[in-house]
This record gives sequence, structure tokens and C-alpha cells, in this order.
Amino acid sequence: MAQVAESYYFENPEVNPQLPQRRRRRRKKFRLWRLVVLVVALAYFLAPLYAGVKFALQNDLGKFSFWAFTSLPSEQGFSGAFFLSMRLAFFTAAVELILMVPTAIFVHIRVPKLRPIMDFVTILPIVVPPIVLIVGVLGSAPLWLKSSPYLLSIFYVVLAMPFVYRSLDAGLSAIDLKTLVEASRSLGGSWIRTLWSVIMPNLRAALLSATALTLALVFGEYTMANLDGWTTMPVWIAQFQQSDAHVTLAASMALLIGTWLLLSLIVAADRSQSRRSRRKAGTP
Amino acid sequence: MTDVQASTTAGSGPGASSGGASVRLENLVRTYGKVRALDGLTLSIEPGEFVAFLGPSGCGKTTALRVLAGFEHPDSGRVVVDGKDLSNVNAQKRDMGMVFQSYSLFPNMSVLDNVAFGLRMRHQNGGQRRTKASELLELVGLGDQSTKYPHQLSGGQQQRVALARALAIEPRVLLLDEPLSALDAKVRAELRDQIRSLQQRLAITTVFVTHDQEEALSMADRVCVMSSGHIEQIASPATLYARPTTAFVAQFVGISSRVPVQMDGKEVVIFGQRCPVRTSESGDVSGPIDALLRPEDVAIEVDPQGSGFITHKSFFGATTRLVVQIGEIPVRVDVRSDVGADLALGEHVRPRIIARDVLVAPRGQVEIPSEV
Amino acid sequence: MLFSDLGTSVPRSEVLPPESGGRKSKLRRAWLPVLAMAPFFIYTGVGLGVPIVYIIRNAFLTFQGKFTFSNMDLLVHGIYLKGFENSLLLSVITSIIPGILGVFLAYAIVTSNSGVLKRMVATASAVLANFGGINLTFIFIAAFGETTGIITVWLNHIGLNPWSHGFDLYNFYGVAFVYLYFQLPLMVLVITPALGGLRQSWREAAQNMGASNWRYWRHVGIPVLMPSILGGILLLFGSSFAAYATAQTLTEGTVTLAPIQIGDTVSGNAIAGEANVGFAIALGMLIVLSITMVFYGLARRRASKWLR
Repeated sequence: MAQVAESYYFENPEVNPQLPQRRRRRRKKFRLWRLVVLVVALAYFLAPLYAGVKFALQNDLGKFSFWAFTSLPSEQGFSGAFFLSMRLAFFTAAVELILMVPTAIFVHIRVPKLRPIMDFVTILPIVVPPIVLIVGVLGSAPLWLKSSPYLLSIFYVVLAMPFVYRSLDAGLSAIDLKTLVEASRSLGGSWIRTLWSVIMPNLRAALLSATALTLALVFGEYTMANLDGWTTMPVWIAQFQQSDAHVTLAASMALLIGTWLLLSLIVAADRSQSRRSRRKAGTP
Repeated sequence: MTDVQASTTAGSGPGASSGGASVRLENLVRTYGKVRALDGLTLSIEPGEFVAFLGPSGCGKTTALRVLAGFEHPDSGRVVVDGKDLSNVNAQKRDMGMVFQSYSLFPNMSVLDNVAFGLRMRHQNGGQRRTKASELLELVGLGDQSTKYPHQLSGGQQQRVALARALAIEPRVLLLDEPLSALDAKVRAELRDQIRSLQQRLAITTVFVTHDQEEALSMADRVCVMSSGHIEQIASPATLYARPTTAFVAQFVGISSRVPVQMDGKEVVIFGQRCPVRTSESGDVSGPIDALLRPEDVAIEVDPQGSGFITHKSFFGATTRLVVQIGEIPVRVDVRSDVGADLALGEHVRPRIIARDVLVAPRGQVEIPSEV
Repeated sequence: MLFSDLGTSVPRSEVLPPESGGRKSKLRRAWLPVLAMAPFFIYTGVGLGVPIVYIIRNAFLTFQGKFTFSNMDLLVHGIYLKGFENSLLLSVITSIIPGILGVFLAYAIVTSNSGVLKRMVATASAVLANFGGINLTFIFIAAFGETTGIITVWLNHIGLNPWSHGFDLYNFYGVAFVYLYFQLPLMVLVITPALGGLRQSWREAAQNMGASNWRYWRHVGIPVLMPSILGGILLLFGSSFAAYATAQTLTEGTVTLAPIQIGDTVSGNAIAGEANVGFAIALGMLIVLSITMVFYGLARRRASKWLR
């Protein structure tokens, strides 16, 4: 046994003078590999985006122009589709938050044992994708409901549930809800007060994130809207593809940029809030 | 430069190496940006010795351990084990067993496989590995848990497995990086004894990093008190406590009260008495100085004309600790609890030095958190 | 802490107002959770349950409402079987390849020292992962279209022409190519927390025991990551299997995939007598996705046991 250990011992410079260089070389090789991977990935993801932007910034003659973007609002059906998507998005977000926020808070405070069940239920919508859902909806929904676009909203709430719940759950877990609530109650705060002054401010980032995800989902949802026959933004874009590719792309890019901005705002808001609260708490 | 092969008869039983190795850290320097984590650290450790690195956070004790283990490389200086310079040997090949603070067991392997891992890396065959691993688990008292997975064990059990794993490879040096910090007090105490008795039985050279002075004092052969990357004092626990050579040590190990005094030749006058002086190694004592008094260096007698009065009283079981305000200085004094029970707050007392000499240091030298 | 608190600490039960006793509030206490959770469960139950029940029921009914196995029979034969098989194959390809690539990409990101990079990647993955559907189609057409695609044109300039070598954006493999674009970020999103959960102490302990880099990964790193990787791949599988918009708008129904076939029955392209086959396909999809998510759940559970 000792001999086996000894052999490891003789890796010293007198016997193997190349040791220090080998270590340095290995580290450099790793850094190079990492750089290559990141550059290739960057190229892969940027290329189509670049192409999309370039195409959207061209007119029919192939010259650089903002025409596709500027003519967007005046294209036939655009504003109708845009505002329909807006209405659906905010309606969905409102219903979603009203439904999920109290539920999530209640589960965290009163019935934490239900959390695994909540995890399970909120993952179910992933098992029922939009294409399957719409088939069932179209068959089972009553006619009066089908004549309204808000039928879509009702089911968008279900589609968004996994993301929204996850976001709220993460936010609630991070703030040690039970302790805060007990502290507030023991100091004499009512439930309403506690909810408003203690819980909500701490949930701001999670709420923003959940809302943004919901809005992004509704603005991007094509499958159900199309098969239900409502012209939301994505449906309009797809229909418009027949007429003019440049404008189509401009709309697509606008949607993408909008989503990116929205999500960046969320990440920034979340970071600045956590920085603020960390400073307040006096973390070293 | 001879190889020190001290095969002590104390080393016996499973896991015994051919005696521990001698360790020498020579002038280690390590800076991170502006911070000097190690500032010319030099020390020698005898084979089979148990040395504790003790100090506040940021003093460099963990850095020193990691340099020894090979996870960090010093900017200058070298690590010599059994006469061999390990500066260019990477952590893989250093043949040291390390126990980390927490969560170091591989979660995807059973306890037995964890312990056998080092042996597997050394290409021992399966049967041999398992036997050896089982023996070691028996040694740490977990022989019946070999098929469990780390997440099924308590913190204390996990650390015992980590210990068995480190010992399995029969290391020359055993390194422990605050292994008990994450455990409850009771488990900590049990494990403390177990580690120490195991170490003595196997006679492995051991380096133990901790910020808890109780741990260091009760386990080690020698304690190395560190601050800001250098060694304040290295001595046996008793020496360290009774005869601290720097003000830092006096205030970090045990409690000391600082009392401004005047030097008078080789003595100081304190509480109206003359006392011989034991000079601090850490400073110039020609200017204003403080005397550093341990609570047991001072005795008090009830005296309405006494110069001090009691401002606090805390019951600690066998002793009661008083804070006696003498002039502007709070001085901590320990008395037996039966005596302490009769003392009241505000009572006037006369203090008296009963130590044979007194440690003296430049005034206001060390910033230890001043808890009263 | 030299000096003990003067006075004992107040027991917790005395700080919170004691719950009032009595039958009335006991009843209230029992009913309150039920009442509070009801909206959520009712909404979810109806929102998911009604369509699902409808699908299951109609999968076994003819258009006239008679019980039949004919829909299911159609599903396992001929063109509908082909559609299902194609969907499965597509999902396998677009889950395993981006799954493995995603691990490497995520590792490259996680080990970098740039905070900026990590933040940008976090946002980018979130956006790109949800960026499915039609936008992807148009952007890829703009980039890789046969005659006007910007990248195709650029490649032609330097002498390469993928289209003439068999590349076709509008066939099965074209769809897979496009799917990679949102599957890869999804994997990065899913696997990054798991990579972050790999403790440094494991790596150092392995090194300390004499393991080389490769041996660490083989014995500890990869085994520990495996449940998360498998979970990620399963998630990707489900995501790809369920996707409709991209494939539909890209190929306009020319590629035989199960979701597209369902869409056809809804938009009235059903063949007479096969009207309800869409429900059978939908039922098939539900079964596949359920099985996938069950395994995903198992993988997640194992991962969280080890990567706590």
C-alpha cells in the first residue's frame, strides 16, 4: 500500500521538470475552448436575428430603409390585431394575477403541505399543449363563449400558469414569508396591512416577472388564436406574409425586440431591488 | 535533507500509515488583489503532531491549509513534506487527506463507495477497496451505514464519513478545514473527541483549522494563532493561555481586560500593587502601556472604601463573572459562584492582583471586538 | 456574550394572539383553506378538465356520436401513424442534440468570470426559449431562404450553396434545423442551475483523493448532473413534440406531423368519415406527453436529492 502512495510522491521537478508548464498550458487550453464555444454560439444565435433585422430594414428594391417599420401601423388590419392582442394580454394578466397571487401566498402561509400538489397541477398545462387544448375547447365551449375572443384569454391563463406560479413561488420562497407575516402580525398588523405593506413590496420582482411572461405569451400565441379564428398579432403577421415579406419581418422583429426589452427590464428591476434590500439589511 | 520516517509504535490498526510526515511551511506569501492573505508564514510540524490553526476570519488560516493541500499556489515560499518540496506537485498527487467544512461527500455514491474512492483512484481492486472501506467505517462508528447515501445521513455522520474517506488513503498528512463549524454543539463535542482519539491512535500528522478556541485548545498538541496572514504565537494550549506573548493572543485566546498602567523599571503599579512585567513581543513598551489581565488574575474583597464597584454579574455555573468598574476601566473578574451569589450590583470592592506577573502591551494596540 | 440576558425570552405562543376557541371558529378554520383554494382548483379543473374529457370522449365517437374504435384504428395506420412517428422522431432529434450541446454551452457560460455575460445570457435564453412560433419561421426564411435568404446569399458569394447540396428549409430536416434555435436556449436555461449546484468541494475532494479532471467528471460530475440532463432532454422532447406554429407556418402543412394533422381537422381539411380522428391524435399526444412528464418529474426528484 505504501509503495502505491509513494509513486505519486515522485512527481517532483527533479524527476519531471515539465510540471509547472503543463498546468499552465492546460488552463490556457480550457480558456481557448471556452472562447471558441461562446463565439460559435454567439454567431449561431445572432445570424438569423441579423438577417431578420436586415430584411426588415430593406424595401422592395433591396435598399436600406425604415419603410417596413413605418408603414406597419397603417397596414390593413394591423391596428385591429395589435389592440386585440393588447386587450387579451392585459385581461389574461389581470385574471392570472388575481387567481394566482392570493393562491400562492395562501399556500405558502397556511397550507405548505399543498406545495407539491401545486407544483404538480401547475405543470399539467405543459402536458396539454395549445394545439391539443384548442381542439378540446372548440368542441366543448358553448356558442356564446366562442363568439368572444376572450375565450382565448381564459385558456391563456391556463397556458401561462406554469411560468407564473414558478415565478411567484420562487419569489415567495426567497423572502421567508412565514417569518415576515408572523413578525407583522405580532406587531399588530392586520392581514390587509400585512399583505399590502409587507408581502407585496417584497414580491415586486416576481410579480413583474410573472406579468411580463404572461404578456409575452399572449403576444406570441399563434396556434389557438389561429384555429379559433381570431386575428391577433401573430395571426395577422402570418396572414400578412402573403402580401409583403418585409413588413412581416418588421412586425416579427418589433415583437422580438419588445419582448427582449420587457424581459431586460424585469431582470434589471429584480437586480436593483435585491441590491437595495441587501443594502438595507446590511449584508457585509 | 533526510526523509523523516518516524514510525512510532503509536501507529497501529487499520488506516495506520508508517507514522506521520514532517511538514514545513517556508515563508509562504499569497496576495489576492490588495489583501495579503499569507504574509511570510513559516512553521514546522513534527511527525504525528496535531497542530491547530486558530484565528479570526480572514487571518489566513484556511489559505495556509489550502496551500498545503495544493488547491492554492503561493506567490512565493514553499511547502516541504518529509523533506520533499511539493511546490510543483499538484493537489491530486500530494497524498494528503482532507476533510472539508461541509457537503463534500459525493452525492451519487453510497457511503462505502465514497470512502473507497481514493483507493479506487489508486487502482486497488474492488474487493480490497470494499474491505478497507468497511474497516474505516467501523473505525468511525458507521459500519452499519455503508449502503446509505449522503443525503440520508445527518451532518455529524456525514463528517465522520468524510473523515473515513480521508483516512482511507493512508495519508501522510491529515487536513481538516473547520470540519465541525456546521454542526450542533453536542455533535461537535462528540466528534471532537473522536477525531482526536483517532488521530492519536493512528499518529497521523494533522492540521486542523478553526475559529473556535475551545476546539483548538482542547484538541491540539500545539496551537498556531494567526492574524493577518502571519503567526502571532505557536505553542501548546496551556502555554498559549497562561503566557500569551502578544496582545492579540492575550485577547483572542481567553478574555483579557486592558488596564492603563505606568511602567516603573521592570515592574508596573496596578491597583496599588507592584507587579513584575512580562513584556509583549508585539510592541514598544516605552510609551503609554496597558496591562492585560485575565479574569482569574484578579481577586476582590468587599470593601466600602474599595476603588471599584460591581456593574455586571453573569452566572456561568462553576464560576461567576463580574465586571468591576475601577475608575474608568471595566475589569472582568471571575469568582467562585458561591462567593458570587453573595455579591450585589453596585457593591464596592477592593481589587488585588494574584497573578505572578502581568502581560503588558502598548496602549490600545489590538482591535478585538470589545464585548463587555 | 459574557453577560446573560436579564430576564427570560418570551415564549412564542404569547406573542401571537391566541386563536380564539369555540366551535364556530374551528369550523371556519377547517373551511377556510378549502374556500381559499377553491377558485384556483375550480378554474384549473374546468380549464383543463373540460377540454381533456371532451377529447377523450370524442376520440371514441364518430362524427354522428356513435361509439367507435375507428378513430384509434386510423391513428395506428397509414398517414396518421406516419405523422405520429415523424413527430416522435423529430422530437427525439431536437431534444438529444440541443440537449447535449446545451450542456457544453451552459458550462462555458457558467465557468466564465464575466458577470455581464451571465446576465445577458439569462435574458437571452429566456427570450429565445419563448420565441417559438411564427416569428422564428419568418426570421429563418429571411436568413436561409433559397433565393433571398441573407445568409444563403452571403454563402453563395463565398462559393457555398447549401440548397444545392440538399439543404431544404421546408422539409422535415429544415423544421428540425429551425427547432434547434429555441430548443438550445431552453436547455441552457434548464441546466444552468444544475451546473451551479455542482459544489466546488466535490471537485476538490476528488482532486484530493487523487482524481484527475477527467476522472472527476466520470465518477462524480457527470453522474450527479445526469438526472438534470435527462430531465432537460425530456423537457425538450415535450416542447418539441407539442410545437405547432413553427412547423405549420414554415411548411404550410406539407410535412406530416401529428400537431399539423390535428390542425388540419380543425380547419376543415378533414376527410369525410375521418372527422374525429383529430381527437384520436390529440389523445395520443396527451398520452405521450403525460408519460414524458412523469419521467421528467422522476428525474427532477432525483436531481434535487443530490443537488441540494
